[in-house]
Amino acid sequence: MTYDKPVPAIDAESEPYWTGAREGRLMIQRCGATGRCFLYSRRLAPGAGDDDVGWIEARGTGTVYSFTVCHVPAGPAFRDETPYVVACVELDEGARIVTNLVTDDPDAVHIGQHVEAFFDKVSEDLTIPKFRPTG
Amino acid sequence: MSRSPVIVGVADAPTQERGRALPGATVLSIQRDAAHEALAQAGLTVRDVDGLAVAGMWGMPGPGAMQPVLLTEYLGLEWPRYLDGTNIGGAAFVLHAGRAAEAIRSGQADVVLIVYGSLQKSQAARALGNRPAMFSNQWDIPAGLPLPVGAYAMAAQRHAHVYGSTRETLAEIAVATRAWAALNPAAAFREPMTMDDALDARPIASPLARYDCCLVTDGGGAVVMTTEERARDLRMPPVHVLGHGASASHASIAHMPDMAKLEVAERSSRMAYAMAGRRPADIDLAMLYDSFTITVLMTLEALGLCGYGEGKDFVKGGRTGPGGAFPVNTNGGGLSYCHPGMYGLFTIIEASRQLWGLAGGRQVGGVRTAICQGTGGVLSSGATLILSTETG
Repeated sequence: MTYDKPVPAIDAESEPYWTGAREGRLMIQRCGATGRCFLYSRRLAPGAGDDDVGWIEARGTGTVYSFTVCHVPAGPAFRDETPYVVACVELDEGARIVTNLVTDDPDAVHIGQHVEAFFDKVSEDLTIPKFRPTG
Repeated sequence: MSRSPVIVGVADAPTQERGRALPGATVLSIQRDAAHEALAQAGLTVRDVDGLAVAGMWGMPGPGAMQPVLLTEYLGLEWPRYLDGTNIGGAAFVLHAGRAAEAIRSGQADVVLIVYGSLQKSQAARALGNRPAMFSNQWDIPAGLPLPVGAYAMAAQRHAHVYGSTRETLAEIAVATRAWAALNPAAAFREPMTMDDALDARPIASPLARYDCCLVTDGGGAVVMTTEERARDLRMPPVHVLGHGASASHASIAHMPDMAKLEVAERSSRMAYAMAGRRPADIDLAMLYDSFTITVLMTLEALGLCGYGEGKDFVKGGRTGPGGAFPVNTNGGGLSYCHPGMYGLFTIIEASRQLWGLAGGRQVGGVRTAICQGTGGVLSSGATLILSTETG
Protein backbone atom coordinates (compact mmCIF):
# COMPACT_ATOMS: atom_id res chain seq x y z
CA MET A 1 0.00 0.00 0.00
CA THR A 2 1.35 3.42 -0.86
CA TYR A 3 1.69 6.05 1.83
CA ASP A 4 -0.70 8.89 0.98
CA LYS A 5 -0.07 11.35 3.81
CA PRO A 6 2.14 14.43 3.43
CA VAL A 7 5.84 13.59 3.59
CA PRO A 8 8.57 15.91 4.83
CA ALA A 9 10.57 17.89 2.28
CA ILE A 10 13.89 16.67 3.65
CA ASP A 11 16.78 19.04 2.99
CA ALA A 12 20.49 19.06 3.77
CA GLU A 13 19.88 20.53 7.22
CA SER A 14 17.22 18.04 8.29
CA GLU A 15 18.62 14.94 6.63
CA PRO A 16 20.40 13.68 9.81
CA TYR A 17 17.05 13.73 11.68
CA TRP A 18 15.25 11.62 9.11
CA THR A 19 18.22 9.29 8.55
CA GLY A 20 18.41 8.79 12.31
CA ALA A 21 14.71 7.98 12.41
CA ARG A 22 15.21 5.24 9.81
CA GLU A 23 17.86 3.78 12.13
CA GLY A 24 15.55 3.96 15.15
CA ARG A 25 17.29 6.96 16.72
CA LEU A 26 15.68 10.27 17.68
CA MET A 27 18.21 12.90 16.66
CA ILE A 28 18.18 16.49 17.90
CA GLN A 29 20.67 19.32 17.78
CA ARG A 30 22.67 20.82 20.60
CA CYS A 31 24.42 24.16 20.84
CA GLY A 32 28.06 23.64 21.86
CA ALA A 33 28.27 27.03 23.55
CA THR A 34 25.11 26.95 25.68
CA GLY A 35 24.25 23.25 25.78
CA ARG A 36 20.73 24.12 24.70
CA CYS A 37 19.01 21.43 22.62
CA PHE A 38 16.66 22.21 19.77
CA LEU A 39 14.89 20.90 16.73
CA TYR A 40 14.09 22.29 13.70
CA SER A 41 17.51 21.50 12.59
CA ARG A 42 19.66 24.27 11.21
CA ARG A 43 23.23 25.39 11.05
CA LEU A 44 22.95 27.92 13.84
CA ALA A 45 21.72 27.85 17.38
CA PRO A 46 18.52 29.84 17.91
CA GLY A 47 19.03 32.91 20.02
CA ALA A 48 22.80 32.64 20.33
CA GLY A 49 23.32 32.65 16.57
CA ASP A 50 26.25 30.38 17.34
CA ASP A 51 27.21 27.99 14.57
CA ASP A 52 28.83 25.53 17.00
CA VAL A 53 26.01 23.02 16.70
CA GLY A 54 26.08 19.24 16.64
CA TRP A 55 23.71 16.30 16.57
CA ILE A 56 22.99 14.11 19.60
CA GLU A 57 20.69 11.16 20.08
CA ALA A 58 17.83 12.07 22.42
CA ARG A 59 16.62 9.62 25.07
CA GLY A 60 13.21 9.68 23.42
CA THR A 61 11.30 10.60 26.57
CA GLY A 62 9.48 13.80 27.42
CA THR A 63 6.22 15.39 28.49
CA VAL A 64 3.23 16.87 26.70
CA TYR A 65 3.67 20.67 26.46
CA SER A 66 0.33 21.02 24.69
CA PHE A 67 -1.92 19.00 22.40
CA THR A 68 -5.12 18.97 20.40
CA VAL A 69 -7.59 16.22 19.62
CA CYS A 70 -8.32 16.57 15.90
CA HIS A 71 -11.96 15.84 15.08
CA VAL A 72 -11.64 17.32 11.60
CA PRO A 73 -8.70 15.81 9.73
CA ALA A 74 -5.84 17.83 8.22
CA GLY A 75 -6.70 16.24 4.88
CA PRO A 76 -8.41 13.21 3.35
CA ALA A 77 -5.45 10.96 4.18
CA PHE A 78 -6.05 11.49 7.91
CA ARG A 79 -9.84 11.01 7.77
CA ASP A 80 -9.92 7.39 8.94
CA GLU A 81 -7.97 8.23 12.07
CA THR A 82 -10.21 10.91 13.60
CA PRO A 83 -10.25 11.69 16.40
CA TYR A 84 -6.45 11.67 16.55
CA VAL A 85 -4.05 13.53 18.81
CA VAL A 86 -1.32 15.90 17.68
CA ALA A 87 0.90 17.01 20.53
CA CYS A 88 3.77 19.36 21.12
CA VAL A 89 6.17 17.23 23.16
CA GLU A 90 8.95 18.75 25.22
CA LEU A 91 11.81 16.27 25.26
CA ASP A 92 13.74 15.76 28.49
CA GLU A 93 16.71 17.41 26.75
CA GLY A 94 14.57 20.55 26.23
CA ALA A 95 13.75 20.52 22.51
CA ARG A 96 10.11 20.71 21.42
CA ILE A 97 8.62 18.61 18.63
CA VAL A 98 5.16 18.56 17.05
CA THR A 99 4.24 14.91 16.69
CA ASN A 100 1.52 12.29 16.73
CA LEU A 101 0.59 11.09 20.20
CA VAL A 102 -0.74 7.61 19.48
CA THR A 103 -3.25 6.46 22.06
CA ASP A 104 -6.54 4.57 22.33
CA ASP A 105 -7.73 7.09 24.89
CA PRO A 106 -7.56 10.68 23.57
CA ASP A 107 -9.67 11.91 26.49
CA ALA A 108 -6.91 10.95 28.93
CA VAL A 109 -4.24 13.03 27.22
CA HIS A 110 -3.14 15.94 29.36
CA ILE A 111 -0.42 18.57 29.61
CA GLY A 112 2.53 17.22 31.60
CA GLN A 113 1.80 13.61 30.65
CA HIS A 114 4.90 11.46 30.24
CA VAL A 115 5.47 10.11 26.75
CA GLU A 116 8.09 8.12 24.86
CA ALA A 117 9.12 7.95 21.22
CA PHE A 118 8.64 5.02 18.88
CA PHE A 119 9.47 4.70 15.23
CA ASP A 120 6.76 4.22 12.64
CA LYS A 121 8.16 2.94 9.36
CA VAL A 122 5.45 4.30 7.07
CA SER A 123 7.21 3.45 3.79
CA GLU A 124 10.44 2.02 2.46
CA ASP A 125 12.04 5.46 2.56
CA LEU A 126 10.36 7.18 5.48
CA THR A 127 10.25 6.47 9.19
CA ILE A 128 8.38 9.00 11.32
CA PRO A 129 9.14 9.29 15.04
CA LYS A 130 5.87 9.31 16.99
CA PHE A 131 5.07 9.25 20.70
CA ARG A 132 2.88 7.25 23.07
CA PRO A 133 1.97 7.69 26.74
CA THR A 134 4.05 5.85 29.33
CA GLY A 135 2.93 4.64 32.74
CA MET B 1 3.09 68.61 12.56
CA SER B 2 1.77 69.00 9.06
CA ARG B 3 3.16 65.72 7.71
CA SER B 4 1.62 63.69 10.53
CA PRO B 5 0.09 60.52 9.03
CA VAL B 6 -3.69 60.23 8.96
CA ILE B 7 -6.38 57.95 7.50
CA VAL B 8 -8.83 59.73 5.21
CA GLY B 9 -10.78 56.94 3.48
CA VAL B 10 -11.76 53.29 3.94
CA ALA B 11 -13.92 50.75 2.13
CA ASP B 12 -14.82 47.09 2.39
CA ALA B 13 -16.02 45.04 -0.57
CA PRO B 14 -19.72 44.10 -0.60
CA THR B 15 -20.50 40.37 -0.45
CA GLN B 16 -23.63 38.24 -0.57
CA GLU B 17 -24.77 34.72 0.40
CA ARG B 18 -22.63 34.18 3.48
CA GLY B 19 -19.67 36.13 2.23
CA ARG B 20 -19.50 35.30 -1.47
CA ALA B 21 -18.20 38.01 -3.82
CA LEU B 22 -20.68 39.68 -6.17
CA PRO B 23 -21.12 38.04 -9.60
CA GLY B 24 -18.43 38.97 -12.10
CA ALA B 25 -15.86 39.96 -9.49
CA THR B 26 -12.23 39.02 -9.91
CA VAL B 27 -9.63 39.17 -7.17
CA LEU B 28 -8.27 42.31 -8.84
CA SER B 29 -11.60 44.03 -9.51
CA ILE B 30 -12.51 43.63 -5.81
CA GLN B 31 -9.40 45.61 -4.94
CA ARG B 32 -10.02 48.19 -7.63
CA ASP B 33 -13.58 48.78 -6.45
CA ALA B 34 -12.56 49.07 -2.81
CA ALA B 35 -9.70 51.40 -3.71
CA HIS B 36 -11.97 53.69 -5.71
CA GLU B 37 -14.58 53.77 -2.95
CA ALA B 38 -12.03 54.58 -0.26
CA LEU B 39 -10.41 57.27 -2.43
CA ALA B 40 -13.83 58.74 -3.26
CA GLN B 41 -14.69 58.91 0.44
CA ALA B 42 -11.56 61.00 0.91
CA GLY B 43 -12.17 63.11 -2.18
CA LEU B 44 -9.18 61.68 -4.02
CA THR B 45 -8.65 59.63 -7.18
CA VAL B 46 -6.18 56.98 -8.31
CA ARG B 47 -4.11 59.78 -9.88
CA ASP B 48 -3.36 61.14 -6.41
CA VAL B 49 -1.88 57.84 -5.20
CA ASP B 50 1.91 57.72 -5.04
CA GLY B 51 2.28 54.84 -2.60
CA LEU B 52 0.87 51.31 -2.66
CA ALA B 53 0.83 48.50 -0.09
CA VAL B 54 -0.71 45.12 -0.72
CA ALA B 55 -0.54 41.55 0.52
CA GLY B 56 -2.60 38.49 -0.24
CA MET B 57 -2.52 34.88 -1.34
CA TRP B 58 -3.69 35.57 -4.88
CA GLY B 59 -1.67 34.96 -8.02
CA MET B 60 0.67 32.46 -6.39
CA PRO B 61 2.66 30.71 -7.61
CA GLY B 62 3.08 33.23 -10.43
CA PRO B 63 2.63 37.00 -10.76
CA GLY B 64 1.29 37.24 -7.19
CA ALA B 65 4.88 36.98 -6.04
CA MET B 66 5.08 40.65 -7.12
CA GLN B 67 1.65 41.90 -6.05
CA PRO B 68 2.61 45.61 -5.74
CA VAL B 69 3.87 45.57 -9.33
CA LEU B 70 0.85 43.74 -10.66
CA LEU B 71 -1.56 46.08 -8.91
CA THR B 72 0.34 49.16 -10.10
CA GLU B 73 -0.32 47.89 -13.61
CA TYR B 74 -3.95 46.93 -13.00
CA LEU B 75 -4.93 50.12 -11.16
CA GLY B 76 -3.02 52.28 -13.63
CA LEU B 77 -0.96 54.01 -10.95
CA GLU B 78 1.49 56.52 -12.35
CA TRP B 79 5.04 55.97 -11.13
CA PRO B 80 4.37 55.11 -7.47
CA ARG B 81 7.39 56.00 -5.36
CA TYR B 82 6.51 53.93 -2.30
CA LEU B 83 5.79 50.17 -2.59
CA ASP B 84 5.22 47.61 0.14
CA GLY B 85 4.39 43.95 -0.43
CA THR B 86 5.48 42.61 2.93
CA ASN B 87 3.57 39.47 3.85
CA ILE B 88 3.64 38.45 7.50
CA GLY B 89 0.26 36.73 7.31
CA GLY B 90 -3.01 38.37 8.28
CA ALA B 91 -1.21 41.03 10.32
CA ALA B 92 0.38 42.38 7.13
CA PHE B 93 -1.94 45.33 6.55
CA VAL B 94 -1.51 46.66 10.07
CA LEU B 95 2.23 46.51 9.47
CA HIS B 96 1.72 48.23 6.10
CA ALA B 97 -0.15 51.08 7.79
CA GLY B 98 2.65 51.61 10.29
CA ARG B 99 5.29 51.67 7.58
CA ALA B 100 3.12 53.91 5.40
CA ALA B 101 2.82 56.31 8.34
CA GLU B 102 6.59 56.67 8.42
CA ALA B 103 6.82 56.98 4.61
CA ILE B 104 4.27 59.79 4.74
CA ARG B 105 5.96 61.49 7.67
CA SER B 106 9.35 61.43 5.94
CA GLY B 107 8.06 62.63 2.59
CA GLN B 108 8.56 59.36 0.67
CA ALA B 109 4.88 59.40 -0.24
CA ASP B 110 1.90 61.74 0.01
CA VAL B 111 -1.03 59.39 -0.55
CA VAL B 112 -0.68 55.69 0.25
CA LEU B 113 -3.29 53.14 -0.76
CA ILE B 114 -3.43 49.87 1.19
CA VAL B 115 -5.52 47.20 -0.56
CA TYR B 116 -6.57 43.61 -0.13
CA GLY B 117 -8.73 41.17 -2.05
CA SER B 118 -9.59 37.47 -1.91
CA LEU B 119 -11.94 35.02 -3.61
CA GLN B 120 -11.04 32.12 -1.35
CA LYS B 121 -14.67 31.10 -0.80
CA SER B 122 -15.79 31.26 -4.44
CA GLN B 123 -12.65 29.53 -5.61
CA ALA B 124 -12.50 27.04 -2.69
CA ALA B 125 -8.91 28.17 -2.35
CA ARG B 126 -8.36 27.81 1.38
CA ALA B 127 -6.15 24.79 0.87
CA LEU B 128 -3.57 25.48 3.54
CA GLY B 129 -3.52 21.74 4.29
CA ASN B 130 -1.70 21.31 1.01
CA ARG B 131 1.18 23.45 2.13
CA PRO B 132 4.47 21.63 1.58
CA ALA B 133 5.97 20.09 4.70
CA MET B 134 9.18 22.06 4.49
CA PHE B 135 11.49 23.87 6.91
CA SER B 136 10.04 23.94 10.44
CA ASN B 137 6.78 22.50 9.11
CA GLN B 138 8.54 19.17 8.38
CA TRP B 139 7.12 17.92 11.67
CA ASP B 140 3.69 19.58 11.97
CA ILE B 141 2.29 18.67 8.57
CA PRO B 142 3.27 14.98 8.37
CA ALA B 143 1.77 14.61 11.89
CA GLY B 144 -1.60 15.78 10.52
CA LEU B 145 -1.82 19.04 12.46
CA PRO B 146 -4.72 20.89 10.78
CA LEU B 147 -3.43 24.36 9.96
CA PRO B 148 -3.93 26.88 11.17
CA VAL B 149 -6.68 25.69 13.58
CA GLY B 150 -4.65 22.93 15.23
CA ALA B 151 -1.88 25.33 16.19
CA TYR B 152 -4.34 27.79 17.77
CA ALA B 153 -5.99 24.84 19.52
CA MET B 154 -2.69 23.91 21.15
CA ALA B 155 -2.27 27.50 22.33
CA ALA B 156 -5.82 27.43 23.73
CA GLN B 157 -5.07 24.18 25.56
CA ARG B 158 -1.91 25.67 27.03
CA HIS B 159 -3.70 28.90 28.00
CA ALA B 160 -6.38 26.87 29.78
CA HIS B 161 -3.69 24.92 31.62
CA VAL B 162 -1.68 27.95 32.71
CA TYR B 163 -4.43 30.55 33.30
CA GLY B 164 -7.61 28.56 33.84
CA SER B 165 -9.52 29.76 30.81
CA THR B 166 -12.32 27.41 29.75
CA ARG B 167 -14.50 26.60 26.77
CA GLU B 168 -17.04 28.97 28.36
CA THR B 169 -14.46 31.76 28.19
CA LEU B 170 -14.06 31.15 24.46
CA ALA B 171 -17.83 30.87 23.96
CA GLU B 172 -18.29 34.29 25.58
CA ILE B 173 -16.13 35.78 22.82
CA ALA B 174 -17.99 33.98 20.03
CA VAL B 175 -21.37 35.12 21.39
CA ALA B 176 -20.34 38.75 21.95
CA THR B 177 -18.84 38.94 18.48
CA ARG B 178 -22.00 37.51 16.89
CA ALA B 179 -24.08 40.08 18.77
CA TRP B 180 -22.02 42.85 17.13
CA ALA B 181 -22.43 41.17 13.72
CA ALA B 182 -26.20 41.26 14.18
CA LEU B 183 -25.86 45.07 14.12
CA ASN B 184 -23.74 45.08 10.94
CA PRO B 185 -25.77 44.70 7.72
CA ALA B 186 -22.58 43.67 5.89
CA ALA B 187 -21.88 40.71 8.18
CA ALA B 188 -22.14 37.20 6.72
CA PHE B 189 -23.60 35.63 9.90
CA ARG B 190 -26.09 37.74 11.87
CA GLU B 191 -28.41 35.21 13.52
CA PRO B 192 -28.31 35.38 17.33
CA MET B 193 -26.00 32.89 19.05
CA THR B 194 -26.38 31.64 22.61
CA MET B 195 -23.73 30.29 24.94
CA ASP B 196 -25.27 26.85 24.46
CA ASP B 197 -25.03 27.20 20.67
CA ALA B 198 -21.34 27.92 21.00
CA LEU B 199 -20.66 25.23 23.59
CA ASP B 200 -22.63 22.53 21.76
CA ALA B 201 -21.08 23.25 18.36
CA ARG B 202 -19.28 20.57 16.39
CA PRO B 203 -15.75 19.98 17.75
CA ILE B 204 -12.96 20.84 15.30
CA ALA B 205 -9.65 20.63 17.17
CA SER B 206 -10.03 20.50 20.94
CA PRO B 207 -10.72 22.73 22.74
CA LEU B 208 -11.89 24.70 19.68
CA ALA B 209 -15.29 24.03 18.13
CA ARG B 210 -17.07 25.39 15.07
CA TYR B 211 -17.93 28.84 16.47
CA ASP B 212 -14.44 29.34 17.86
CA CYS B 213 -13.19 29.48 14.27
CA CYS B 214 -13.28 32.35 11.80
CA LEU B 215 -15.41 32.25 8.68
CA VAL B 216 -14.20 31.40 5.20
CA THR B 217 -15.44 34.20 2.92
CA ASP B 218 -14.46 36.28 -0.09
CA GLY B 219 -13.87 39.96 0.42
CA GLY B 220 -11.53 42.85 0.25
CA GLY B 221 -10.95 46.37 1.36
CA ALA B 222 -8.91 49.51 1.08
CA VAL B 223 -7.48 52.20 3.36
CA VAL B 224 -6.16 55.57 2.18
CA MET B 225 -3.55 57.45 4.18
CA THR B 226 -2.05 60.90 3.68
CA THR B 227 -0.63 63.84 5.61
CA GLU B 228 -2.58 65.86 8.15
CA GLU B 229 -1.96 68.92 5.99
CA ARG B 230 -3.39 67.31 2.84
CA ALA B 231 -6.36 66.08 4.83
CA ARG B 232 -7.45 69.66 5.51
CA ASP B 233 -8.61 69.89 1.88
CA LEU B 234 -10.31 66.47 1.89
CA ARG B 235 -13.78 65.27 2.80
CA MET B 236 -13.18 63.24 5.96
CA PRO B 237 -11.88 64.48 9.29
CA PRO B 238 -8.48 62.87 9.81
CA VAL B 239 -8.01 59.71 11.84
CA HIS B 240 -4.57 60.19 13.33
CA VAL B 241 -2.08 57.32 13.32
CA LEU B 242 -0.54 57.96 16.71
CA GLY B 243 1.57 54.85 17.09
CA HIS B 244 2.51 51.56 15.53
CA GLY B 245 4.71 48.53 16.09
CA ALA B 246 5.34 45.02 14.84
CA SER B 247 7.16 41.84 15.70
CA ALA B 248 7.43 38.12 14.85
CA SER B 249 8.63 35.03 16.64
CA HIS B 250 8.08 31.68 14.91
CA ALA B 251 6.62 29.89 11.89
CA SER B 252 5.81 26.53 13.50
CA ILE B 253 3.76 26.54 16.69
CA ALA B 254 6.46 24.31 18.25
CA HIS B 255 8.67 27.37 18.44
CA MET B 256 6.24 29.83 20.02
CA PRO B 257 8.29 30.94 23.03
CA ASP B 258 5.41 30.64 25.53
CA MET B 259 2.29 29.09 24.05
CA ALA B 260 0.04 30.78 26.63
CA LYS B 261 1.27 34.33 25.93
CA LEU B 262 1.02 36.28 22.68
CA GLU B 263 4.38 37.96 23.09
CA VAL B 264 4.49 39.34 19.55
CA ALA B 265 1.44 41.43 20.45
CA GLU B 266 2.87 42.46 23.78
CA ARG B 267 6.00 43.71 22.06
CA SER B 268 4.36 45.36 19.05
CA SER B 269 1.85 47.15 21.27
CA ARG B 270 4.52 48.31 23.69
CA MET B 271 6.18 50.14 20.78
CA ALA B 272 2.85 51.56 19.64
CA TYR B 273 1.81 52.80 23.11
CA ALA B 274 5.19 54.46 23.60
CA MET B 275 5.07 56.21 20.23
CA ALA B 276 1.47 57.31 20.78
CA GLY B 277 2.01 58.46 24.34
CA ARG B 278 -1.02 56.40 25.32
CA ARG B 279 -1.65 53.63 27.84
CA PRO B 280 -4.06 50.69 27.71
CA ALA B 281 -6.42 52.70 29.94
CA ASP B 282 -6.73 55.31 27.15
CA ILE B 283 -8.15 52.78 24.67
CA ASP B 284 -11.91 53.09 23.99
CA LEU B 285 -12.22 50.36 21.33
CA ALA B 286 -10.18 47.29 20.46
CA MET B 287 -10.22 45.81 16.97
CA LEU B 288 -8.40 42.51 17.38
CA TYR B 289 -7.76 39.96 14.67
CA ASP B 290 -10.10 37.14 15.70
CA SER B 291 -8.92 34.22 13.60
CA PHE B 292 -10.15 32.16 16.54
CA THR B 293 -11.76 33.05 19.86
CA ILE B 294 -8.50 32.17 21.64
CA THR B 295 -6.72 34.84 19.58
CA VAL B 296 -8.95 37.51 21.11
CA LEU B 297 -8.42 36.21 24.64
CA MET B 298 -4.65 36.11 24.28
CA THR B 299 -4.54 39.49 22.51
CA LEU B 300 -6.56 41.28 25.23
CA GLU B 301 -3.99 40.08 27.76
CA ALA B 302 -0.95 40.81 25.59
CA LEU B 303 -2.08 44.38 24.85
CA GLY B 304 -2.37 45.06 28.58
CA LEU B 305 -6.12 45.68 28.34
CA CYS B 306 -6.17 43.20 31.22
CA GLY B 307 -3.44 41.21 32.94
CA TYR B 308 -2.25 37.76 31.90
CA GLY B 309 -4.78 35.31 33.27
CA GLU B 310 -7.42 38.03 33.69
CA GLY B 311 -8.88 37.63 30.21
CA LYS B 312 -11.37 35.02 31.36
CA ASP B 313 -12.97 37.53 33.72
CA PHE B 314 -12.54 40.43 31.30
CA VAL B 315 -14.82 38.81 28.68
CA LYS B 316 -17.34 37.30 31.11
CA GLY B 317 -21.01 38.22 30.84
CA GLY B 318 -20.85 39.91 27.46
CA ARG B 319 -18.46 42.66 28.59
CA THR B 320 -16.99 42.94 25.06
CA GLY B 321 -20.35 42.84 23.26
CA PRO B 322 -22.94 45.54 22.48
CA GLY B 323 -23.75 47.52 25.62
CA GLY B 324 -20.79 45.96 27.43
CA ALA B 325 -18.09 47.82 29.34
CA PHE B 326 -15.39 47.42 26.69
CA PRO B 327 -16.24 47.12 22.98
CA VAL B 328 -14.21 44.59 20.96
CA ASN B 329 -14.60 43.80 17.26
CA THR B 330 -17.72 45.88 16.66
CA ASN B 331 -17.98 44.85 12.98
CA GLY B 332 -18.61 41.24 13.98
CA GLY B 333 -15.02 40.25 13.37
CA GLY B 334 -13.54 37.41 11.42
CA LEU B 335 -15.78 35.15 13.47
CA SER B 336 -19.09 36.50 12.11
CA TYR B 337 -18.56 39.42 9.69
CA CYS B 338 -16.03 38.23 7.12
CA HIS B 339 -12.73 36.42 6.87
CA PRO B 340 -11.26 36.31 3.39
CA GLY B 341 -8.03 34.71 4.68
CA MET B 342 -5.97 37.73 5.75
CA TYR B 343 -8.29 39.84 7.86
CA GLY B 344 -5.97 42.51 9.34
CA LEU B 345 -7.11 45.37 7.08
CA PHE B 346 -10.67 45.14 8.41
CA THR B 347 -9.52 46.07 11.91
CA ILE B 348 -8.37 49.45 10.50
CA ILE B 349 -11.51 49.93 8.40
CA GLU B 350 -13.86 49.40 11.35
CA ALA B 351 -11.78 51.42 13.82
CA SER B 352 -11.81 54.36 11.38
CA ARG B 353 -15.57 54.15 10.92
CA GLN B 354 -16.10 54.08 14.68
CA LEU B 355 -13.80 57.09 15.11
CA TRP B 356 -15.74 58.95 12.41
CA GLY B 357 -19.08 58.02 13.97
CA LEU B 358 -20.10 56.20 10.78
CA ALA B 359 -20.71 52.74 12.25
CA GLY B 360 -24.50 52.93 12.04
CA GLY B 361 -26.44 50.74 14.46
CA ARG B 362 -23.28 49.42 16.04
CA GLN B 363 -21.75 52.87 16.69
CA VAL B 364 -20.12 53.08 20.10
CA GLY B 365 -20.45 56.38 21.91
CA GLY B 366 -17.41 58.44 22.82
CA VAL B 367 -14.75 56.53 20.88
CA ARG B 368 -11.70 58.74 20.69
CA THR B 369 -8.86 56.25 20.63
CA ALA B 370 -8.81 52.73 19.16
CA ILE B 371 -6.22 50.00 18.99
CA CYS B 372 -5.93 47.65 16.00
CA GLN B 373 -4.02 44.41 16.41
CA GLY B 374 -3.14 42.10 13.54
CA THR B 375 -1.99 38.56 14.19
CA GLY B 376 -0.50 36.45 11.41
CA GLY B 377 0.39 32.83 10.79
CA VAL B 378 0.01 30.60 13.83
CA LEU B 379 0.28 33.40 16.43
CA SER B 380 3.53 34.07 14.56
CA SER B 381 3.52 37.79 13.90
CA GLY B 382 1.89 40.84 15.41
CA ALA B 383 1.33 44.41 14.30
CA THR B 384 -0.30 47.23 16.25
CA LEU B 385 -1.84 50.53 15.24
CA ILE B 386 -3.17 53.17 17.62
CA LEU B 387 -5.67 55.49 15.96
CA SER B 388 -7.35 58.57 17.37
CA THR B 389 -9.54 61.51 16.56
CA GLU B 390 -7.04 63.52 18.59
CA THR B 391 -3.50 64.50 17.63
CA GLY B 392 -0.53 63.15 19.56
